[in-house]
Amino acid sequence: MKPFTDFKSRMVRLPINNVDTDQIIPARFLKTTSKEGLDKQLFNDWRYDANGNPNPDFVLNQPRGQGAQILLAGDNFGCGSSREHAPWALTQFGFRAVISSSFADIFKNNSLKNSLLPIVVPPDVHEKLFALPEDAEVSVDLAAQKLILPDGTQVGFPVDGFSKTCLLDGVDELGWILKREARIAAFEQAHG
Amino acid sequence: MPRTLIEKVWDAHVVADEPGAPSLIYIDLHLVHEVTSPQAFSGLRERGLLVRRPERTLATADHSIPTTDRALPIIDPIARKQLEQFEKNCADFGITCFGVHSDKQGIVHVIGPEQGATQPGMTVVCGDSHTATHGAFGALAFGIGTSEVEMVLATQCLLQRRSRTFQVRVEGTLKPGVQAKDIILALIARIGIGGGTGHIFEYTGSTIRALNMDQRMTVCNMSIEGGARAGMIAPDDATFQYLAGRPMAPKGWDWDASLEHWKKLPTDEGATYDRAISIDADALEPMITYGTNPGMGVSITAPLPEPSSIADPIERESVEKALRYMGLEGGKPILGHPIDVVFIGSCTNSRISDLRAAASVLKGRKVSPKVRVMVVPGSQAVKHQAEAEGLPEIFRAAGCEWREPGCSMCIAMNGDQLTPGQYSVSTSNRNFEGRQGKGGRTFLASPLTAAASALSGTVSDVRTLV
Repeated sequence: MKPFTDFKSRMVRLPINNVDTDQIIPARFLKTTSKEGLDKQLFNDWRYDANGNPNPDFVLNQPRGQGAQILLAGDNFGCGSSREHAPWALTQFGFRAVISSSFADIFKNNSLKNSLLPIVVPPDVHEKLFALPEDAEVSVDLAAQKLILPDGTQVGFPVDGFSKTCLLDGVDELGWILKREARIAAFEQAHG
Repeated sequence: MPRTLIEKVWDAHVVADEPGAPSLIYIDLHLVHEVTSPQAFSGLRERGLLVRRPERTLATADHSIPTTDRALPIIDPIARKQLEQFEKNCADFGITCFGVHSDKQGIVHVIGPEQGATQPGMTVVCGDSHTATHGAFGALAFGIGTSEVEMVLATQCLLQRRSRTFQVRVEGTLKPGVQAKDIILALIARIGIGGGTGHIFEYTGSTIRALNMDQRMTVCNMSIEGGARAGMIAPDDATFQYLAGRPMAPKGWDWDASLEHWKKLPTDEGATYDRAISIDADALEPMITYGTNPGMGVSITAPLPEPSSIADPIERESVEKALRYMGLEGGKPILGHPIDVVFIGSCTNSRISDLRAAASVLKGRKVSPKVRVMVVPGSQAVKHQAEAEGLPEIFRAAGCEWREPGCSMCIAMNGDQLTPGQYSVSTSNRNFEGRQGKGGRTFLASPLTAAASALSGTVSDVRTLV
């Protein structure tokens, strides 16, 4: 995994609660055996009309939806299916962080394994972020676990220590587990 | 100290608890299917790794497999390639695979239990959020992503944080026409689809005890729709009777030893949960969803919610948006709404009890000529059992399609799908926008409600038939 570095970016706003992974990438695109090219299908059914033309009302098709690395989403983002294609599609599109008031458990786990940082903020901060001007840039400092708003306000966010280390150092979780081979073998010995 | 079922199973699987890291937990059973595994197998090849315990891994093709005659070639070239790659991956890595032409093929959450692979006290994972189903046996079972699939293939372990515990106590007797599906839809309608986030449910109470294993699986299956990664039910005699004699269940002396262990799993007297909720089964009516997430559910006789009466602005907007997508009006009844398709199947409701329930309504009757009715058994074993009982004849005589096993129109990636604007009454688990086909509109309900609705071609209350 590539180490996660600090960055500053505008935010793409998606003020909808309970965005499920079927919306992030519909199931019919899950017949692929590769991880690549999923950015084209990100939010497919909101992004394109029945003829495959971009829907001008959808934020990713507007200038404000281009080039931003932060997705500012409604509550309980990523609920539903466990498909890791969701964070793959988001990161391939260019997102490095999603900010919400809460995330579904499996999506959050999957994101952390793909250098996509799920940032949970309290409801009042969540509201404040949605109220910022479209071009406002927010800084993400993972080491300090802080968001820095344009007016200099700093907002802390929780990240468990292990995930933080993995993100910052680019630690490969499978590699970490493989180093515990002796422990695993001992467990198997004891439990049959 | 008294412990819950959840804590007992967790504690028995901790391989390592190192400071600053999540627990390393051991996985007893890893179920694998074609959609969330290809990239994991590619990862193993890139790293030069093998599957650590192939005998603890069981694979089947379900998501992208057609539900038409298996003797026919698979028309969709992308699905065909995925299925071929899947069977090759399993063969290369020594994993038992119930593939496209196996007579044991089926939905992964149907075949685990029916083979006796799912057992009380186990940890079970699969790259599929409905892995929660296996919790019906007192297993700690949850869905994982593809990176985690690769980790379990390679190490049989996962790094996990302990979830909080959430007791869902259901007491009373279900009235005629009310099924296990209605219990879980009622729970989700009450707590919302994020209500169980960070928690594992344990379903307890007299109503749960009275359910058979198929019905318990229906309840546990939709734990994820309540936000919980897992939902468990303590094993009891119904569990043991179900498992006895299954192909992969313990035999002889092993069975006796297992039984002794399994009987110690139920939550101890005096153990406490982080959260708890009670549901009165006597008061439950058949449930149906009207919106675009499984939490948007009502009693079938109730009017749809009126957005103007919802105080919270975001909640109001989300109900408005859902009603708009569904083409419904707040305050109106859902009963009598015309439908185009009825889907009876999915890992929620495709087992033999579900098919028997649907057949009991359809027997000797005809479905509405305006409605396409698909009955998709959960596995080849379910299909054979249904055939032995004469159920396909009942379905066909009523005007239903009787198809080959698979996920089918629950996830609509195999060609079984709604066309834009169509309405379905579906026994599956998700009513998200486009879930059953782009632009399709889904009402989730029980097999009884689905069958009753098939007859009239409208959303119907089965109790008006019984």
